[in-house]
Amino acid sequence: MLIRRPDDIAPSDITPRPLFERRREFLRLSAGAALAAVLPTTHAALGPGRPSAYSTSEALTPLKHVAGYNNFTEFGFDKDDPARAAQALRLRPWTVTIDGLVRQPKTLDIEDILKLAPLEERIYRLRCVEGWSMVIPWLGFPVSTLLKQVEPLGSAKYVEFITAAQADTMPTLRSRVLDWPYTEGLRLDEAMHPLTIMALGLYGDVLPNQNGAPMRLVVPWKYGFKSGKSIVRIRFTDNEPHTTWMKTSPDEYGFYSNVNPEVDHRRWSQANERRIGDFFKRKTLMFNGYADQVGQLYSGMDLRKYF
Amino acid sequence: MNPALIKPPLFLAGLLPLAYYAWGAQTDTLGANPIEAVTRGLGDWALNFLLITLAVTPLRRYSGWTWLGRLRRMLGLFVFFYATLHLTTYLWFDQFFDWPAIAGDILKRPFITVGMVGFALLVPLAATSNAFAIRRLGGRRWQELHRSVYAIGLLAVLHYSWMVKADVSRPLLYALVLGVLLGLRAWWRVQERTRQLAATFPGKPQRRTIPIVVRK
Repeated sequence: MLIRRPDDIAPSDITPRPLFERRREFLRLSAGAALAAVLPTTHAALGPGRPSAYSTSEALTPLKHVAGYNNFTEFGFDKDDPARAAQALRLRPWTVTIDGLVRQPKTLDIEDILKLAPLEERIYRLRCVEGWSMVIPWLGFPVSTLLKQVEPLGSAKYVEFITAAQADTMPTLRSRVLDWPYTEGLRLDEAMHPLTIMALGLYGDVLPNQNGAPMRLVVPWKYGFKSGKSIVRIRFTDNEPHTTWMKTSPDEYGFYSNVNPEVDHRRWSQANERRIGDFFKRKTLMFNGYADQVGQLYSGMDLRKYF
Repeated sequence: MNPALIKPPLFLAGLLPLAYYAWGAQTDTLGANPIEAVTRGLGDWALNFLLITLAVTPLRRYSGWTWLGRLRRMLGLFVFFYATLHLTTYLWFDQFFDWPAIAGDILKRPFITVGMVGFALLVPLAATSNAFAIRRLGGRRWQELHRSVYAIGLLAVLHYSWMVKADVSRPLLYALVLGVLLGLRAWWRVQERTRQLAATFPGKPQRRTIPIVVRK
């Protein structure tokens, strides 16, 4: 299957997201005339975003696959469940609390976060731990921009990312399959790395719910599950956060979970991956192809031990 | 019911899952990862046909529809058919016939080991699914050989449950159905044994049990 990259046309021009999906929000907001001013920032396309030197020039995965083939376990365990079920996700009001080992904890409204910094388009590879990959044009800014809103204490060594747990909108929360809310974590230097971004959109528009609206983490050199979706709280800690997948299966999912073709998952090989849209598999690259940028973060570490 | 009437439509129905995936691949309606959808779908259908085949004997026994037994061979061959296609998609689309990598996978990945053992056990069953083989082996030995289908069922469910990431609800459902189908057979065996032990023979003194005294 051949996928051509469109020339000179922003992806959002080709695939506009139907306003229809946002009809409830639209009605709610238009009800108050005073809120009319909010509409442009929330509902107009976010993009195209500033181009970034970190972007890859590889062929983009079509939006229908990026937004149709998802792991968002709060909304079901099949790949096509989130696209359907996540439409129920309540997106407003949405606040993000930054606390833990900081001088002054803060709670920010998503509308203010959107204005924190100009959005960049970051075209990143995404490699899922299950052995498939995509190329996604994210819109966002470095996580460091957000973390600088508070003053972390010197003792802070790690950052924990806690995601939304809406019992009334997320059907699988009732099951005990995973320990909700879904949490992830990074070492402070990983979180502050310029490649690590908070994505607020993709393909030039706001994030589809199933991709982690309104704000999600993107850490392109780690397996996809490290990039938590629909984040509500960020906590600075002095010891390694115990993440959801580590609690579920500690010998299969480590804290680092860097993409590494030489360290297999306990049950399957990580040497190859199938790029969505491709017929045959391709070789998986060390740190998902970002070794030049992030390799030094792990110098001297035994990556089999710290998998 | 005449099995000759029901066999042709059953044969066509058995091909429907294959038609579904062939059509889906042709029209690109199998989602973002069609190869995975086909591989898993064919595996699901191998397992579905295995459970359907194992359900024939209990159904025949409780319904009295003896003609059901005449459909069992075709159903069993559909297990082999879908398992072969499932294996082929793995060898071809996942590994591209990279035999060293495949050998490594079989040795290192328990869910693949178990799947391969299950398939290897299916081959002799498919090969002896004809009247000639039954005559050649003799009914008793043929039946003994074909009892390995119980082990294949266990291996197939294990293969499935070791593959899933976290949510084991579907493999558990298969395990439950298999448990009932195998449990029934175990129960019949116990009943048959009790019946035989309790049986009295004409012309012999009625002595049902031999008391065993354990001396301490």
